[in-house]
Amino acid sequence: MAKTKMSVAGAALLAAGVIAGPAAAELVFPDLSYRTGPYAANGIPFSDGYQDYLTLLNERDGGIGGEMIEVIECETGYNTEKGVECYEATKGEGALIYQPLSTGITYQLIPKATADGIPMHTMGYGRTSAKNGEVFRWVFNYPANYWDGASHAINHILDVNDGDISGKTIALVYHNSAYGKEPIRTLEELAEKHGYELLLLPVDHPGQEQKSQWLQIRRAKPDNVIMWGWGVMNQVAIQEAVNIRYPMENFIGIWWSGSENDVLPAGDGADGYKALTFHNLGMDYPVYDDLKEYVVDAGMAAGAGDQLGTALYNRGMYAAMLAAEAARTAQEIHGTAQITPAMMRDGMEALEMTEEKMAGLGLPNFGPTFNVSCSNHGGDGLGAVAQWDAEAGSWSLITDYGPSDGSVLDPLISADSMAYAEENGITPGCE
Amino acid sequence: MPDQLLFAMEVFLNGLMAGVLYALVALGFVLIYKASGIFNYAQGVMALFAALTLVGIMEGQVPFSHLINAVFGTEIHHFGWHLPAVVAIVLTGVVMIALAWAVNRFIFRHLVGQEPIILFMATIGLAYFMEGVGDIMWGADIKKLDVGLPQGINTWIDESTYEIFGYGFFIDNLDLWATGIAAALVIALTIFSQYSKQGRALRAVADDHQAALSVGISLNYIWVLVWSIAGFVALVAGIMWGTKSGVQFSLSLIALKALPVLMLGGFTSIPGAIVGGLIIGVGEKLFEFAIGPLVGGATENWFAYVLALLFLVFRPQGLFGERIIERV
Repeated sequence: MAKTKMSVAGAALLAAGVIAGPAAAELVFPDLSYRTGPYAANGIPFSDGYQDYLTLLNERDGGIGGEMIEVIECETGYNTEKGVECYEATKGEGALIYQPLSTGITYQLIPKATADGIPMHTMGYGRTSAKNGEVFRWVFNYPANYWDGASHAINHILDVNDGDISGKTIALVYHNSAYGKEPIRTLEELAEKHGYELLLLPVDHPGQEQKSQWLQIRRAKPDNVIMWGWGVMNQVAIQEAVNIRYPMENFIGIWWSGSENDVLPAGDGADGYKALTFHNLGMDYPVYDDLKEYVVDAGMAAGAGDQLGTALYNRGMYAAMLAAEAARTAQEIHGTAQITPAMMRDGMEALEMTEEKMAGLGLPNFGPTFNVSCSNHGGDGLGAVAQWDAEAGSWSLITDYGPSDGSVLDPLISADSMAYAEENGITPGCE
Repeated sequence: MPDQLLFAMEVFLNGLMAGVLYALVALGFVLIYKASGIFNYAQGVMALFAALTLVGIMEGQVPFSHLINAVFGTEIHHFGWHLPAVVAIVLTGVVMIALAWAVNRFIFRHLVGQEPIILFMATIGLAYFMEGVGDIMWGADIKKLDVGLPQGINTWIDESTYEIFGYGFFIDNLDLWATGIAAALVIALTIFSQYSKQGRALRAVADDHQAALSVGISLNYIWVLVWSIAGFVALVAGIMWGTKSGVQFSLSLIALKALPVLMLGGFTSIPGAIVGGLIIGVGEKLFEFAIGPLVGGATENWFAYVLALLFLVFRPQGLFGERIIERV
């Protein structure tokens, strides 16, 4: 089914006048991965999903628009310096897009990629105000960003409280880093709007010891806890929440605190824990049939083939799918299969993700529909809430994709991006 | 009783429990340093490796399965057994003894008489090697570790303190177990050190390598012995920390928690590791409770080092460390 649709898409591309380039030319997608170190358990499934999807396109469809894809993997170890080294080492290979899966690396690469004219896609991480494409011409963060996530969490709390959370206390347990501090401003603004009290509880890296924070939560009894964690911090936080018998249905993690890795160590106690997401979960999608046939069973999987269907594998696959669709859009715009990074950016800026397109790719209802434009590099900011079922050992969406609070976020994004533009002598605009 | 005082008492008790967990890690450092003068940078990774091995053996995971499958095109992952925790702990202990032998046979035997900094660098190499081997051997995924230790709030303490103070204290059952196990470990180590032949030999080597050699004590044997004991201590630490967070590669970072304990308690004293751990645990928790909210929180990591530095200023050898007197 999916193969047929891809063939149709390929034929349409050729009919549109796309000329396939010589076999030697390839679309280069670097994969700045981390398969070693403390964050490897999260880096591996993401990278596997990213690479497996691109391998599928090569094996099933002959690449994108007749052009084969080359993935150059570079190990960052989630280390910012190594990430920059990886960028420098791979950018000369014709790299079309970078997805570093690290906010720290992203911040370092923004000026470099901008100077080099190579687009970056920081899906659900990185610098939130990069949504303003008129300032951040080479950086994209669709379909959702951190501030969207903070707003989604509050929206969900509003929903379960019939729209009134005034007088309630919401605690933010966050990784004490640039990443973890991202939602604070948004949550403070939302606190003013909705009248809740915000309790801030930072956790130092790596987050193995959180007794103080959870004793404080036990004493303060916040109505809800939002978590902004990564790596071991997530597992320890969920276990500590179980230990103090905090009601799991009131505990919501950002999407980087919502993988199987985070909940499994706590066992049954994690049942009911919630996490935000900007894509769907599980493996009940036609694309998985193709992934098994063309990639895993063919012995071409990037990893051991044991991560399929996990939350982070799906996210990596989703990132690859969005990159591939942007490349396809770029080919259509410019009438050539051999696209440059600048053309890739054009493709990303013209990306339209429709339900019809996702269904055609074997991913029906896998992610929110959204459009990207020059001024809006962040898409529509839609997100959903997933809940962990410990007995079934699976996540499931418990809400539809909903919007963030633009009335609060838009001014923040505008202010932050314009400050960046002023600091860096950037004249905002689309040319 | 004022609420703040009750909270402070609860924080104090939890600080003691956290300190025991820090001390468990510090103990491994002390044992090796005391016997060989080596500051074992790999102690945290040894805890990780031990915990990985324990889970792997319990779950019947085939070591190096990804590598084997990639090379030979096979599809083997599990032996198909699930061993009781006690059996797996014993088998892991055997692996740690084998590791101790290999470390001495292939590394430190060749470095006898070298400068301490060379030995330290060797342990850095060993740490990264073991981390890599652990990854290839058991995989990088997060593993749930359940050896039957209870976790969660101790209901008896909660209810008893509630009856007395009107506020139930939170004490984690796992922390209580850790305290009991650490106490048993220290008593066993003390008895072993004071009353066994090997223990006396170990102390002799710690006092003076040359003198110990001259009376026929095998340095190699003692080093293997002490690395084995440190390996067992690492296993205990790995079980406690791994039960809390799942067994994953960030476990190796627990060594960072041991450093201020060592600075405070001294590098050569087992009681120092325990008392140092307790002081650090209580100190950092109380500081976070009292001062943390005023300065934005997350004070524990740096305050532990400040506390240790303060002690260092007045007692450079640590609370229980041996005083260094060099006559010229």
